[in-house]
Amino acid sequence: MTEATMPAIEWAMIMPVIIMMLTGCVALIIEMFWPKQNNNLIVGVTLAGLGWTAFNLIGQLGSPAGETLNGLVVRDTMGLVTQLVLVGVTFLTVLFSEPYMRQKKIAFGEFYPLALWSAAGGMIMATSHNLLMIFLGLEVLSIALYCMAGLSRQEHKSEESALKYFLLGAFASAFLLYGIAMFFGATGSLHLSNMPDHFHGEENLLVISIIMMLVGLGFKLALAPFHQWTPDVYQGAPTNVTAFMATASKAAALVAAIRVLSSFAIIEIYWQPLLVAIAVLSMAIGSLSALVQKDVKRVLGYSSIANAGYLVVAFLADYELGDPNFTSAIFYLVVYSIATVGAFAAISIVAKNGKEGTRFEDLYGMWKNSPLAAGALVVFMASLIGIPPAAGFFGKLLIFQSALEAEFTTLAIILAAASVASAFYYLRIMHAAFVENQGPIPTQAAPMKFGLKAALMICIAGTVIFAVTAGKVSQTISGDQPETAISVMNTTGEV
Amino acid sequence: MGILSTLLLIPLLGAVAIALVPSQYHKAIKWLAILFSGVTFVASLGLINQFESGTFHMQLVEKAEWLPQLGIGYHVGIDGLSFWMVLLTTLLMLLSLIFSVYVEKRAGAYFGMMLLLETAMLGVFMSLDLVLFYTFFELSLIPMFVLIAIWGGANRKYASKKFFIMTLAASVFMLIGIVAMAKHYAATTGVWSFDLVAIQAAVADGSFWAGAMQLQPIIFWSFALALMVKCPMFPFHTWLPDAHTEAPTAGSIILAGVLLKMGTYGFLRFLLPLFPESSRDFASLFMILAVIGIIYGAIVAAMQTDIKKLVAYSSVSHMGFVVLGIFSLNHSGLMGGAYQQLNHGISTGALFLMIGLIYERIHTRAFKDLGGLKAQMPIYAALFLIVMLSSVGLPGTNGFIGEFLALIGSFQTGAAGLYGIHWILPVLAGLGVILAAVYLLIMFQKTFYGPITNDKLKRLKDLKGWEIGLVGVFVLFIFWGGLYPNTFLKPLEKSIAAARMMAINDGGQRPSWAEPTHEISDSGDLMRVAERTETGGWHEDYPGELVAKANHHFLATEIAVELPGPEEMGHGDDHGDDHGDDHSEEGDDHAEEEEEH
Repeated sequence: MTEATMPAIEWAMIMPVIIMMLTGCVALIIEMFWPKQNNNLIVGVTLAGLGWTAFNLIGQLGSPAGETLNGLVVRDTMGLVTQLVLVGVTFLTVLFSEPYMRQKKIAFGEFYPLALWSAAGGMIMATSHNLLMIFLGLEVLSIALYCMAGLSRQEHKSEESALKYFLLGAFASAFLLYGIAMFFGATGSLHLSNMPDHFHGEENLLVISIIMMLVGLGFKLALAPFHQWTPDVYQGAPTNVTAFMATASKAAALVAAIRVLSSFAIIEIYWQPLLVAIAVLSMAIGSLSALVQKDVKRVLGYSSIANAGYLVVAFLADYELGDPNFTSAIFYLVVYSIATVGAFAAISIVAKNGKEGTRFEDLYGMWKNSPLAAGALVVFMASLIGIPPAAGFFGKLLIFQSALEAEFTTLAIILAAASVASAFYYLRIMHAAFVENQGPIPTQAAPMKFGLKAALMICIAGTVIFAVTAGKVSQTISGDQPETAISVMNTTGEV
Repeated sequence: MGILSTLLLIPLLGAVAIALVPSQYHKAIKWLAILFSGVTFVASLGLINQFESGTFHMQLVEKAEWLPQLGIGYHVGIDGLSFWMVLLTTLLMLLSLIFSVYVEKRAGAYFGMMLLLETAMLGVFMSLDLVLFYTFFELSLIPMFVLIAIWGGANRKYASKKFFIMTLAASVFMLIGIVAMAKHYAATTGVWSFDLVAIQAAVADGSFWAGAMQLQPIIFWSFALALMVKCPMFPFHTWLPDAHTEAPTAGSIILAGVLLKMGTYGFLRFLLPLFPESSRDFASLFMILAVIGIIYGAIVAAMQTDIKKLVAYSSVSHMGFVVLGIFSLNHSGLMGGAYQQLNHGISTGALFLMIGLIYERIHTRAFKDLGGLKAQMPIYAALFLIVMLSSVGLPGTNGFIGEFLALIGSFQTGAAGLYGIHWILPVLAGLGVILAAVYLLIMFQKTFYGPITNDKLKRLKDLKGWEIGLVGVFVLFIFWGGLYPNTFLKPLEKSIAAARMMAINDGGQRPSWAEPTHEISDSGDLMRVAERTETGGWHEDYPGELVAKANHHFLATEIAVELPGPEEMGHGDDHGDDHGDDHSEEGDDHAEEEEEH
């Protein structure tokens, strides 16, 4: 460490993040130069930047795993797929944001650069084995999100949401940082791959470290018991921000948690039972508490808690099976993200004239005014319940398969029970969209804008296409390894 | 693309086409829907030509890869059992769509959902892959939920959710069971597979459950519960009366006619072939629940004041006979159960149609508003009488044959004391037939006789020509099925015999869909066929080696234990060896001939 040598940089690996960051700067500059204009140009630039990033990432999908910047940035299939998820949900959110924000009269151009930077923070988080980088990514992701959550300045709910998210988020970050410090104290390094195979020193330090980090990351993942903020913040934040929060922040935190936990293999006897308890608690709270809610966004907040629980089950099973790409967890993340962004996009249609009604009653009559949004809502709810042939079913199927193979039968059964319980509130949402409006409130007929239509269509297409091509997709996620399980069709299926 | 995939695709395309038609063109939407379901029906008639009733093997099989790394494939095919279910589905769907011209509210969504439902139901009856089956099984939930939730009656919100949640709750655990099956298959063979044919082949030779017998009842129940809720069997029937009462008429026809059959079809397709030991162990429990359902459903039906609710409870009762027949594990009983599935679809479908016809006119279904209809609508009354008597099970109508076979079969099993089934069960079930006559005749009396108390009724005109035609189709099948049941029983025969032997024979002697040399002889024995006829079929003149006799389970020891004295039915025990055959009259003689070959 005495001579300071410039590490060799492989630009290709950090290119996606650079594009995202620079696009954000360009979008901000445009906003600064034409502040009074409409945001169409900013949206265009943002979408173009996101498209370029996605193109870049897809190009890298087949390339071999590696690392650069002294191991600060790694490239592997899991990281690339997660980055794609982040770019994808940002793209979808941006698509439906402009019409929504105009209806809410909060059409601030700052949203777009913030979203880009936030997503870039998530991308950093998802592609590093260095704890400091993970922390850095998390802060970039979060700070941008704090601002976005408070975007609707006139609304008290939005302000409260931002403040709550900020205070609790800062608190959770402190936990994470504390855990990182403990890790440094125990191993003398910030690098996860420097975790020794056999640890002879103070094991307690590592145990405390992993618990601290679990708190920090569990907060971002919206896992119980660190979930209290979720329904409030989801409800208060503007719907497009909630959509972004429920997916991007979860995706990045999940992958970071996967990387941290799986490198703590030597003390897995400590964190595994803890994680099982967290998963069960999340599924129970997420699927039961939402039953009495009156607000769709709150309900989706609880749904996000339950789904975080499913993701943890998937992670535990994949970990137990030694799957380096965590196929079932990442696949579920993909299908969850599509359905969730789609659901928020669909309910964003009820915003009008600066007001936002997201109680169940506000969805009444949706079918009449915008059949596409109502129909789309059915598809996304079906996917979240796990009704085939929606993609969500295959997500759950993969989880069940991994869980049973890893002998987590009880967890699988709890997951099934949670899905049934959560079906209650997904059905309520579905039902609300089809109820005719009988109340005194006239049905709001917000016209469908092109961006929203496009976002809904893409999400529906994704839900259907990922179901039909579930084999291909899960194969991509699990990397291009030779197939271990050969189709039975070729061996015994000859009748 | 084969005919089965085409059948799956046509209604789906119809649903998409209807979604593209702007909603103000009501007429166009209706005609489009009828056209698509009509084309599906005509295409399904093509199955009659292509279907070979002499074999129990899956026919018209189509395969494609879907998730190869998990062993999930697109695999469809039909045997005798699914053959009739497919035809029943396409027929009932066409008829109920024709009836649905009454629907004015949101026609586009309504007809789209109906066609989507048709694809789902057809898929259930054709799937030969467990995940594909589950996909269609669950896919049927959403359209039915929407149909009840939007076009339902006053209490539709509650009914639709109850329907959805109850069936979903049970079937999610079936999904775990399905994955556990595949996992166990992977444990025994090294590859993941959800393929029904492949798994059943492993079950048939006894290798699948060997060493995992403790697993079998667990997975069995995960399947059984989902199917019992769908069926529905007591005590899981509670969603049915609500769903039926609230559903629109066409929804009720489809619900009673086809959706319930998914449960009993699942018994025959999955429980018996995949879980032989458990099927035998729990047969008596299923019989007891079936009998409770028969009696309970009948008594509750007799108490109803709403004509539709009465028919809904009668469904609980009638589906009990199907289960009774199936779990008698006796050839006559199974035939009766499988046949009663079709009959119930026709009879109860027709009853719901008749109720719908009157409901569209006077918008009430309560008995107190009816009465004296016969004078106003004589044709309607006559048709109603026929349909009702078929539901009672009057000889000469289809209902009689099915219930009679189911009762006979279960009584034979009960009399022989097999599988722990007591003979009192079929006797009690027989009471259900009488009770059915009681409540249905009361219903007829209350509806058609007596003075007219409701002024609305006085303005009623009789059925229109096309409505008579619609009911006439049902009446045709009622008499056809009652007077010449062989048309319907013949294609079932081999598949039913195979399903039964898959359940009751020991490993190695079970028929297997994957084993092309296996065939069932006309006398019901399992043969290994050396040579085939030119058409690929096989019959008794061709050489074949006996694998297992039809009456294989009637072991001498079992008879000795279970039948200490000469029994009225046990005429076969004088042979002293494995003949205790008391179930198929002709089968016995043939079986002996076979042995001499």
